[in-house]
Amino acid sequence: MTGTTIDRAPRIVLVGNPNTGKTALFNALTGARQKVANYPGVTVERKAGMVALPDGGQALVLDLPGTYSLRARSPDEAVTRDVVLGRFPGEEPPDVIACIADATNLRLVLRLLLELKQVGRPLALVLNMYDIVQRQGIRIDLEGLSKALGVPVITTVAVRRRGLEEFLRQAATLARTGNRATAWREPTAAEIRAAHREAERILKEYVLPPLRPDTWTGRLDSVLLHPVGGIAILLAILFLMFQAVFSWATPVMDLIDGGFGWLGALATRYLPPGLLQSFITDGLIAGVGSVLVFLPQIVILFFFIIVLEDFGYMARAAFLMDRLMGTAGLHGRAFIPLLSSFACAIPGIMAARVIDNKRDRLTTILVAPLTTCSARIPVYTLIISAFIPHREVWGVANLQGLVMFGLYATGIVSALAVAFVMRRILWRSATEPFLIELPAYKMPDPRNVLRGVLLRGEIFLRRAGTTILSMMVLIWFLSSFPAAPAGATGPAIDYSFAGIIGHFIHPLLAPIGFTWQMAVALIPGMAAREVAVGALGTVYAIGGQSGAATLADTLGHQWPLATALAFLAWYVFAPQCLSTLAVVRRETNSWLWPGVMFAYMLTLAYIAAFVAFRATTALAG
Amino acid sequence: MPERRDIPKKGSTVRLSDLRKGDRGAIVGIVPREAGGPDDISHDELERRLLEMGFVEGARFQVIHEGFIGRDPIALKLDDMRVALRRSEARAVTVTLDTATGEAP
Repeated sequence: MTGTTIDRAPRIVLVGNPNTGKTALFNALTGARQKVANYPGVTVERKAGMVALPDGGQALVLDLPGTYSLRARSPDEAVTRDVVLGRFPGEEPPDVIACIADATNLRLVLRLLLELKQVGRPLALVLNMYDIVQRQGIRIDLEGLSKALGVPVITTVAVRRRGLEEFLRQAATLARTGNRATAWREPTAAEIRAAHREAERILKEYVLPPLRPDTWTGRLDSVLLHPVGGIAILLAILFLMFQAVFSWATPVMDLIDGGFGWLGALATRYLPPGLLQSFITDGLIAGVGSVLVFLPQIVILFFFIIVLEDFGYMARAAFLMDRLMGTAGLHGRAFIPLLSSFACAIPGIMAARVIDNKRDRLTTILVAPLTTCSARIPVYTLIISAFIPHREVWGVANLQGLVMFGLYATGIVSALAVAFVMRRILWRSATEPFLIELPAYKMPDPRNVLRGVLLRGEIFLRRAGTTILSMMVLIWFLSSFPAAPAGATGPAIDYSFAGIIGHFIHPLLAPIGFTWQMAVALIPGMAAREVAVGALGTVYAIGGQSGAATLADTLGHQWPLATALAFLAWYVFAPQCLSTLAVVRRETNSWLWPGVMFAYMLTLAYIAAFVAFRATTALAG
Repeated sequence: MPERRDIPKKGSTVRLSDLRKGDRGAIVGIVPREAGGPDDISHDELERRLLEMGFVEGARFQVIHEGFIGRDPIALKLDDMRVALRRSEARAVTVTLDTATGEAP
């Protein structure tokens, strides 16, 4: 297709190192007219948007994952390479490659640009954050640089929307120049060295070092990366994050909860009793409500993650935590996804995308549900208040609080232990190098933060509306059909498929001390962990008005202590959340990994509950 | 934790993994594959990654931070950018030192 003119909207792809403001430029160009989806077959985000060209036409802009080279090392970078080379299935080849650079940090990107030149497609170098260049007094001979590199050089300030018009004008011109044949192949070490020397030579000749260099990054780092002080600050940031996720979110969560309760009551009042009423209130409204209630936590969590990432702190957090995480075979970057899982495993698993290496990412995804998510809290609270006496221990701690802490600690320790075992058994290859750039600190741009947070919220809602909702409906179906026969005395769920399955699996659960009612309650409890509390209320046939306190009384009389402890142990490990499994299926694009997760968590849950039940029985008897 | 090394003479060639906070110098190169070290493929991969991150012959550096446990990982100022890596990866890089004081001058 050499030299052919294009009659469709030209495609401009944005390529560059991480932390160059590439996404800020993409946001500035496309505004609200962007679409985010996954590339087919891989879980890499495809960010595309239409933009009006100065000549009146339209162009499609693609924001590609950041990379240091076309020699892809991660799924994200493989997408960048294949799209740039025009060999990604279903993706049309680009008409213009825009190489986006942090204008204050050109060394590595110039080598990438030399590599991109071999692709043979029209290419431009975009020096973004050019205002910082001027502030620091870096002198760049733009004309000389352009001549030496053989490509147009454009300066932009994405967050101030400066230089966008010129960028689009150049891109439109370039799109008409056509391609040469691709000469790109994976460079050897010697070729990378040679390209570096060439980049170095060009840099020396056309770029003079700053007159007023940035001293803030160095000064901040001496505090934030301090071996003791840095960790203390990291812990303080985490504390603030948790405080925000758990207390700031509560009013909104109560509002959502109340809203859906009101909607359910409304539906009950105006719909005739029967199947339709049950489907609308118990299936749809309760189902959607039980997932939507986590939206505030997810939005707050991603707000912190995006602000810290844009500020440049995430690479520092990875630096501080790498050694600790490395002991368990996890990468430093796994820290934030695992932390997010304390709110809910779903955003945690979504956040694992920051990990480049596929195996590191899988390990993180597989252990994320072991950390104590907030949906376990209602279950823990119920059992603890029913069975653990409110008593002072050693004069300072409360026994109930200690048990709660123990459950959290068990979750963390087992997540690290499972990660350790997984690395040894599943993939014993050389460990992934920890080699990351610590970018200069930058003030996050409020508009980009807002856009990022809205995007994460939207992705969660889309998922809640599709995969997760269908799981909820399935659970409702299992718990409602077939209906109880006329004149039945037991609770209706007892006669449903869930009841039948519960009775069927009860013999398997008897050795760990579970009653048949518990076995039945576990089935609707698959919808979300906290649903088990309501389900227990239903099977123990307590009136609809009774709160957790009365349920706690009932359980206190019905269950031996050993059973209660076995139930707690079960809940630390059990894969009692279909939504999590559905998200793992989406993120790994295979049924294998949710299968592995389900199997190993179920096994651990059974063993833990068995040990808890037998040990307590033996000690008490 | 790496033992306190014998203080190398100015201009001598040492491994990047043996350095302490404050040490500065220039990159000499990336060592060839060692017996008992990573296999050929991962060594070649590590070499190319180090090169892509700017660990090229002649690049100026200073060790600016060390981790809490075992002084690992380390952060460097490498030319005009900042990079962090584990000491196990830093073993593959040889450097010459400007000063041998071990502390920032």
